[in-house]
Amino acid sequence: MSSQDIPEENLPAEQDAHVAVADEKDPFADPGLPPHEHRIQDIDERAAKRSERTVALLFTVSMLATIGFIASFVAIPHDKSIFVFPIGHINAMNFALGLTLGAALFCIGAGAVHWARTLMSDHEVADERHPIAAEPEVRAKVMADFKQGAKESALGRRKLIRNTMFGALALFPLSGVVLLRDLGPLPETKLRHTLWRKGALLVNMNTNEPLRPSDVAVGSLTFAKPEGLEEHDHDFQNEIAKAALMIVRIQPDDIKDKRELEWSHEGIVAYSKICTHVGCPISLYEQQTHHVLCPCHQSTFDLSDGARVIFGPAGHALPQLRIGVNDEGYLQALGDFEEPVGPAFWERG
Amino acid sequence: MSTTETTESRSRGKAPAGERVADWADGRLGIYSLAKANMRKIFPDHWSFMLGEVCLYSFIIIILTGVYLTLFFHPSMNEVEYHGSYVPLQGTLMSEAFSSTLHISFDVRGGLLVRQIHHWAAIIFLAGMFVHMMRVFFTGAFRKPREINWLFGFLLFVLGMFTGFTGYSLPDDLLSGTGVRFTQGAILSVPIVGTYISMFLFGGEFPGVDFVARFYSIHILLLPGIMLGLVVGHLILVFYHKHTQFAGPGKTNNNVVGMPLLPVYMAKAGGFFFLVFGVIAALAGIASVNPIWAMGPYRPDHVSTGAQPDWYMGFAEGLVRAMPGWEINFWGHTLVLGVFVPLVLFGLFLGVIALYPFIESWVTGDKREHHLLDRPRNAPTRTAFGVAWVTGYMIMLIGGGNDIIATHFHLSINAVTWFVRIGFFAGPVLAFVITKRICLGLQRRDKDKVLHGRESGIIKRLPHGEFIEVHEPLSQDALHTLTAHEQYKPAEIGPTVDENGVERKVKGSEKLRAKLSKSYFGEEGQIPKPTVEEYKEITSGHGHH
Repeated sequence: MSSQDIPEENLPAEQDAHVAVADEKDPFADPGLPPHEHRIQDIDERAAKRSERTVALLFTVSMLATIGFIASFVAIPHDKSIFVFPIGHINAMNFALGLTLGAALFCIGAGAVHWARTLMSDHEVADERHPIAAEPEVRAKVMADFKQGAKESALGRRKLIRNTMFGALALFPLSGVVLLRDLGPLPETKLRHTLWRKGALLVNMNTNEPLRPSDVAVGSLTFAKPEGLEEHDHDFQNEIAKAALMIVRIQPDDIKDKRELEWSHEGIVAYSKICTHVGCPISLYEQQTHHVLCPCHQSTFDLSDGARVIFGPAGHALPQLRIGVNDEGYLQALGDFEEPVGPAFWERG
Repeated sequence: MSTTETTESRSRGKAPAGERVADWADGRLGIYSLAKANMRKIFPDHWSFMLGEVCLYSFIIIILTGVYLTLFFHPSMNEVEYHGSYVPLQGTLMSEAFSSTLHISFDVRGGLLVRQIHHWAAIIFLAGMFVHMMRVFFTGAFRKPREINWLFGFLLFVLGMFTGFTGYSLPDDLLSGTGVRFTQGAILSVPIVGTYISMFLFGGEFPGVDFVARFYSIHILLLPGIMLGLVVGHLILVFYHKHTQFAGPGKTNNNVVGMPLLPVYMAKAGGFFFLVFGVIAALAGIASVNPIWAMGPYRPDHVSTGAQPDWYMGFAEGLVRAMPGWEINFWGHTLVLGVFVPLVLFGLFLGVIALYPFIESWVTGDKREHHLLDRPRNAPTRTAFGVAWVTGYMIMLIGGGNDIIATHFHLSINAVTWFVRIGFFAGPVLAFVITKRICLGLQRRDKDKVLHGRESGIIKRLPHGEFIEVHEPLSQDALHTLTAHEQYKPAEIGPTVDENGVERKVKGSEKLRAKLSKSYFGEEGQIPKPTVEEYKEITSGHGHH
């Protein structure tokens, strides 16, 4: 894939081929740098003075703004809020600090740029460029030096040294890899189990009370957790990330999936709240159609039909939890989820 | 320092203090040879050259404010009950990371301002890099000898994305936690090693108690350390290669025309730092960004609607949202294509733009140095490719906000998603065709201007009653500028049979290159620029319209 096989004449002529200035024969020739044009400040000292005063004014405003910043920091109570049109109610100190700091910095910049544009010399100058690649003699010298060095090291001749050295260099990073082992445990079957077990009561997330069938009305969406899991538990976040449950009541006649009906109790069905796409909690329920929607990536599941995916990027249905009622009339789980909850993974199967 | 002063101080036998300090430093650091090459270094002027400066300055601002934030932020996921001055969250359980971010926002005076400057600067940094890369791409500034600097810049963009992501995940608020969960779900989709990477990254199951501390060291040390090195390398190369310039009178491939670093660019570029900082500070004062107190602490079973990442992650978000949920189950394993394909596409899509300079130089076979910039119209295929790439990127950005688009414009979310799915393939193709046509049209217009002059707006009535518009010939400056660009001829495979009648094997890569070269530089790829002969024939002739 070298360029050797592209003939030179296919490359455009060097751009500097027609640099000859004001060549009668070439109307497109480079006429050279245009003559310098004076600015008003270059010829009128009063205009230059005006520019100087503008720059000085900007620098002075900056100084005042910095004093304003310090004053705002000291004087404004940090919890005071003010109404600023059209932004609305905002923190007074943040507003004052932002504007004064902004003004202090902006005026320094504006002053410097104005100074450069109006008072510093604006003569355009040309600098030569030199090719990046080295001259052939330099290249030859470097190559010779390298060959000399390589020869003196005897690396090519003493293959035993070379091979063992490569071996040693290739092996030692393994220590670093091994050191990373304790970053975390092995996956094992951790993603397959949740806190749900046979007999675990369904506890209402909001009231922290066990749910009875009568608590679940048609058209409502209830979130539940397994009994015994409390917010203050040290592993609450990890457990709720898998065990979060959503419960709805559907007229048994409306349930299209046979297994779903079997696993429900009087039309009350319990599904994992964790989306099977990438694990967001599903939270939007359309009570007429029994569709639930994940607000993160809009995967939509039909809770009246085994929670199958009807739209969006999720790859499989939400796992259903088999429920019933215990002797005291509370809703309870009849086991753990039969398949892993949440996003799919290689070992899921 | 005027000459008279210098001679006076010399006569007293002592150089001015500044000179003595400089001499001292030169004796140890050799600063004079550095200064000789660089102090009066010439930089060309063009508005688009400041885009890179925006990036550099916002990067510096991010580092300055970031150091301040580390003084108050606690990178810990220990659960605490909140008792600070933000009343609505009193008594809520949250991680120390979240509560210390609340502390910075409500109890540290100016803390909110610094937080918001930090976040706004990050948003602007990434946006600046995106636009700066577009400038470099569309003007061909990535060509030899600047390919490596293009890669440095590309790496900075990618690392910037991940530094931004690990940064906004640190407060452990509901929105960012949702983003981390998404990332973990995406990691799980990786075949064979996904679950292992997830367990190792999070120290166990999601969310665990480790990720804030780990993201913290990645965010404040690992990634910015690499980025700082790349930024320094990027700048050294900019100095070493000298800046590119647009063609124009007096500007050649062998010179650089502009004004010296000291004093003009010292003042302009130095001043521009303050302008950027000032605008970001004012923005942080008036526009709230990432109000974590309104979102609340993260809980894996809570979520808010309209969850959106920072803009630079929107492209990845779009890929994930638009992809159909394909899953393949076989031999007890699951291939989660619905998530893994977007993950791979994310890398491929970005990778194409990183490798483009090498692809183009292979097609042109051009190994010369290029210091004169192309006008985008004069490289129609490259420009069309760039616009197609940006179109694909933007469509996925729309896809990443499909819920926001749907609710704001009262559209069906399904319709928006289908638009994105089709648009991701159709959009770039359309954009390519349209852009190429526009470029060719503009080239024709340039040719027309060169050969027939500029429309003067003066209407002349000829003796026989015809009205014509008088065209004024262009100045030599303009003629030169409009004809200074290079035009390649398409590469040909050449004879497949040599003089002895022996057939030569034509490699597939050769055929591909000839094809690409034809589409770049063939009849459909460019309008031949006016030649001197054409010009003379028309201008010397009669009745030019």
